[in-house]
Amino acid sequence: MTKISKTAILLAAGSLLALGACSRSAPDELPPPPVGSNDYDTGPTGPVPGSRADFIAQAGTDTIYFDTNMHDVDADDRAVLDAQAAWLIANPSVRVTIEGHCDERGTREYNLALGERRANAAANYLAQRGVASSRMTVISYGKERPVALGSDQASWAQNRRAVTVVPM
Amino acid sequence: MATPIFLSSALRRFALVLCLGALATPALAQDEGSGPIEGDVVGGIANPTSIAIPDMPTPRGVDTPAGNTADLGRQVAQVVEADLRNSGFFNPVARQLLRRVDMPQVTSPDYQSWNQVGAQNLVQGYVQAGTNGRLTVGCYLYDVFAQAPLERAGYEVDYADWRRAAHRCADMVYARLTGEGAYFDSRIVYVAESGPKDNRTRRIAVMDTDGANHRFLTNGQSIVLTPRYAPDGRTITYMSYQNDEPRVYLYDLQTGRQRTIVDSRYMTFAARYSPDSRHIVFSMAANGNTDIYRVAVSGGQAERLTNSPGIDTGGSFSPDGRSIVFESDRSGSQQLYIMNADGSNQRRISFGGGGYATPEWSPRGNLIAFTQTGSFNVGVMRPDGSGRRILTNGWQDESPSWAPNGRVIHFFRSPRGEGLPSLWSVDVTGRMIRRLPTPVGASDPSWSPLLD
Repeated sequence: MTKISKTAILLAAGSLLALGACSRSAPDELPPPPVGSNDYDTGPTGPVPGSRADFIAQAGTDTIYFDTNMHDVDADDRAVLDAQAAWLIANPSVRVTIEGHCDERGTREYNLALGERRANAAANYLAQRGVASSRMTVISYGKERPVALGSDQASWAQNRRAVTVVPM
Repeated sequence: MATPIFLSSALRRFALVLCLGALATPALAQDEGSGPIEGDVVGGIANPTSIAIPDMPTPRGVDTPAGNTADLGRQVAQVVEADLRNSGFFNPVARQLLRRVDMPQVTSPDYQSWNQVGAQNLVQGYVQAGTNGRLTVGCYLYDVFAQAPLERAGYEVDYADWRRAAHRCADMVYARLTGEGAYFDSRIVYVAESGPKDNRTRRIAVMDTDGANHRFLTNGQSIVLTPRYAPDGRTITYMSYQNDEPRVYLYDLQTGRQRTIVDSRYMTFAARYSPDSRHIVFSMAANGNTDIYRVAVSGGQAERLTNSPGIDTGGSFSPDGRSIVFESDRSGSQQLYIMNADGSNQRRISFGGGGYATPEWSPRGNLIAFTQTGSFNVGVMRPDGSGRRILTNGWQDESPSWAPNGRVIHFFRSPRGEGLPSLWSVDVTGRMIRRLPTPVGASDPSWSPLLD
């Protein structure tokens, strides 16, 4: 749901988006308190605890999204990352890779740097929530690994992302 | 006799140079929707020089590892013709109008008959198998109107390199008649792209300027990006995601050996050589901040050149090696800056007209090519930021790279949607634009120096 609503917001703000660096995300607000327990019950047929499927099931999504040329973690992102942090704290042996990605409307080299900014923004927030930095590796793929293939605002919004990748 | 001939050719050359000067008008529109234009000159100058390039005879047909010398004579003429046509400056006389040339005529052309087919200039030559296992190509340029020889040269090459002799012949003709520097006898390194957009295979590939002698240097298992040819032609540098660690590598073209340019726990990218091939300027991203560094190709400690909190990348040396142009978003958008090669005296040069990225300093020093962000077109500006001109008009054009003569720029064009990118060349006037043939999709072109 977060993804869809954010995409819709971005689409509605299309003309603002075109201003790129001028657009800002939602105003800062206090993040929800960290989740201290892990009382999930996936049942006998649920995903294997500690697995990627378990992570996605418990955290809701492995992905946060960014505005054009931006790398700040907004309120929507914080809610997602808080849930991810809770799972990571409950599964302390799991190491993750945080991937930063960009849309295609940036030059290749700049996007490598921008993707690194995004991955670090996510990793830094997770670290603030108590996930040890030593468990996280950041990598930028720039615009080289899109998930949405169109050349339009909706596709670009889906590609401006940071993904927390738990090993399979 | 000698004086009028000199005047005639000098005047012709003067006229051609004048004609070029008048072309400093902006961009010729390119319609991406009109489909691929494979290897054709789309623009062109108003009055390209008519030139005849008949098949080159051989004194004796000899079978060589590259074929019979009689066949090679025809192929050399065709390569010369293609080079000259693709430059946009020449209009070769149709091959069916070309008369057969025999050996004695190579040095004594039948001006009258070449005049009749409308040729202003004539390129003749011969191909001969040597006793030393090498091939000799003679190349003669004539002014048909003035009925005078203009220049001649001979090239001795290994049989396998027969195309290089043809390119050098074309270079001689091009340089003599346009007053510009040569560039056909050079190579291109680029990223060959294939497969769907969300699962591209990328391989470093090299080819001659005309697409011949194509070969892949990497196998496609790792993402590879932004290859650059060393100015000395011996190595290339590129970025690879080998072992999921995106780093800049140095690849020796002779031995095929490679190594990272620095030991780094962070991503390194956006590498370019200094003009003397002894240093590499590159970017490193650490903890959300990207800065520009310089390291000796022979190894050692990298020197940090920028320290702004923004993204500083895309460093490119001036031809004298004293300055570096780069892009930075420290002002809030991507703009071009110049600094001394030690990082001092950083100053912004681009103002207005949107954002600017991927600068590459011309080997002549007079211009800096760039990608205009937002519109995604390729253009040039002077090093002081003046004289900005946009040269292309595609859906997404980026990453300009200069030819050794500082007159032609390669870039890559991505289509809207899911198609593969392709390589294009554009003249600094913006008039002569053409697509380069590649076996698969292609991006990030980088031109080699003229080969020795």
